[in-house]
Amino acid sequence: MFSATKIREDFPILRRTVHDRPLVYLDNAATTQKPRQVIESLVRYYETNNANIHRGIHTLSVEATEQYEAVRGKVALLIGAPSNDSIVFTRNTTESINLVARSWGDANLSEGDEIVLSLMEHHSNIVPWQLLARRTGARLRYIEVTADGHLDLDMARQLIGPRTKLVSLVHMSNVLGTINPIGEIAGMAHAAGARFLVDAAQSAPHLPIDVTGLGADFLAFSAHKMLGPTGVGVLWAADGLLSEMEPFLGGGEMISLVRQDESTWADLPHKFEAGTPNIADVIGFGAALDYLAGLGMPAVREHERNITAYALDRLGALPGLNIHGPSDVDQRGGAVSFSLEGIHPHDISTILDSRGIAIRAGHHCAQLLMRALDVPATSRASFYIYNTEDEVDALVEAVEAVQRVFNGVSHRTAV
Amino acid sequence: MVSATEPLFDDLYRETLLEHYRSPRNRGRLEAPTHHAEGLNPVCGDEIRIDLRMDGDRIAEIAFDGQGCSISQSTASMMSVEILDRPVEHAMAVQQAFEAMLTAGAEPSAILGDLEALQGVSKFPVRIKCALLAWKVLAESLKSPNKEETHD
Repeated sequence: MFSATKIREDFPILRRTVHDRPLVYLDNAATTQKPRQVIESLVRYYETNNANIHRGIHTLSVEATEQYEAVRGKVALLIGAPSNDSIVFTRNTTESINLVARSWGDANLSEGDEIVLSLMEHHSNIVPWQLLARRTGARLRYIEVTADGHLDLDMARQLIGPRTKLVSLVHMSNVLGTINPIGEIAGMAHAAGARFLVDAAQSAPHLPIDVTGLGADFLAFSAHKMLGPTGVGVLWAADGLLSEMEPFLGGGEMISLVRQDESTWADLPHKFEAGTPNIADVIGFGAALDYLAGLGMPAVREHERNITAYALDRLGALPGLNIHGPSDVDQRGGAVSFSLEGIHPHDISTILDSRGIAIRAGHHCAQLLMRALDVPATSRASFYIYNTEDEVDALVEAVEAVQRVFNGVSHRTAV
Repeated sequence: MVSATEPLFDDLYRETLLEHYRSPRNRGRLEAPTHHAEGLNPVCGDEIRIDLRMDGDRIAEIAFDGQGCSISQSTASMMSVEILDRPVEHAMAVQQAFEAMLTAGAEPSAILGDLEALQGVSKFPVRIKCALLAWKVLAESLKSPNKEETHD
C-alpha cells in the first residue's frame, strides 16, 4: 500500500531542518530528492564496479557495461518502448531536444518549413528550435494557451498543416500542471506528415507513459526529476528514425571504423553516445527506476492527484490567491502555480524559506507563458511521492503569514 | 504570537520597507525629464524606470515606476526621498553608504534616512541585487541625458 510517510523514511535529506524548521520540499518540478537506494547504488558502483564500459575485456568493465545497459531495459519498460536500441542516454531533456534539432532537424527542415510549438513550452523546447530556424530558414508557430490553462486546440488545428515539418510540445506544463492531449495532437501532426516530439520532463516522473499509445516520434525526459541523479537524460525515438539520423557528437564510443578522412558509426543507440558516458549516474538512475517500479506509476499518479486536489482546495480558499492552470485534477499534475494580489513571488519565497518551505518563484524558464498570463513571475509548489497533506497545511499557513505581513496588519504583536 | 517565531523575516520586512512598498513616494513619470534610464533583473523580472529633471548639478525632480518585489520597489521609493533636491554628489555618498551596509556589513550611516530599514537585506544574499537595482538605474540615468535636451 502506498504511504508517503513510509516513503519519507527512504529520503535522508527530508530529515534536515532549514532555518530551524523541518524541511518542506515543494520544488519537485525543478528536481526531486533522492532515496538512499539511489545514493547507495552510486557508492556501490564507485566502491566495487567502477570501470569504463563497452570496450574492456576485464571483469570490472564487463560488470559495469552490463549494469549500464540494463538501465536501458528499465527505461524501455517505464515508457513501453518496444526496443532498447531506441533509447539514447544524454545529459538532460535539453540535450535530448538539441540532439533532435541538430541530427534530425538540420537534415529535414528548409526554408518555408514550419515548426509548431506552444506558448506553454519550457525554454528548452523553444531555444533549440529558434537556433534550428536560424540555420535552416524554417519558421516557428505557436499554439496559444486559453484562459483556463489549456492548449487552444482550434488554433492547433489551424496551425498544423502542409508546411509543418515538426510539432514539439510539452506533455505536462511545468508551470500550469496542464496535461496536454498528446494523442489528439499526434493525430494532427501525423495527418500533416509532420514528426511529433513530446517533452516529457514533467510527465515521465509522474504519469504512466506508453510511447506507442501516445503517438510520439520522439520523447525526451531527465532522470533527476524522477529520483535519479543529475546529469542523465533520455531520448527515445520511434522505429527507424535514429538509424537515418546523422550523429550529434563525434568521438569515442560512437564509431565503428575510423580512417583518416572518414569513419563509420557504431550500431544504435551507441552512435548517439559519444565519449565516456555518465556511467555511475545512469546506474543510479536504474536504482531510481527500480524504486518507482516498486511503487507502480499508477499509484504515484494517484497519490499526486490526491495531494494536488487537497492543495488546490486549501490554496483556492485563500482570499486574494489566484491559481494558474486547470482546476480539474484529472487534467493536471502536481505543479501548482499561484499569484498573490500585490505580493511579488520572490517576497513569498523568501518568507516561506524562513519557515523551511522550499518553493520556486520566478518565470520557471517559461517567459512566453508568463507574458501570455500577463504576470511577471509566479510562485510554484510542486509535489512528489513523499509529500504529505501536513506539508500542504504548512504551505497554506505560511502563505497566510505572507498575507499578514503585506496586507498591512502588522506581523509584530504589540510590544 | 507570530513575531516570536519569525525573527528572520521580521528583520527583512521592516515596517518602513512595507510602508514604502504600499505607498511609494515619487512614483510615476516626469513631464519634462532631462535624464532617463531603465533597468531589469532578468532572473526575477524586477523592472525600474527613472526620470530625472536636473537643475545644474541638483536633482530637482525624480520619478520612478516599474514592477517587482517589495525590496526593489521600496528601495526606489526611499532612494527618491533621500536624493530629491540634493546635488549628485550627495546621491553618490548615499549610494556608497547603502552598498557598504548591504555588501560589506557596515553600520548604517545617518545619511541613509529611511534606507536604513533595508539593513536586513544584507542577510539574504540572493535578494541584495533587488535592493541595488534602483541605484544601478539611477547611475545609468545620470549618464543618459535626453537627446533633445543636449541639442538645445
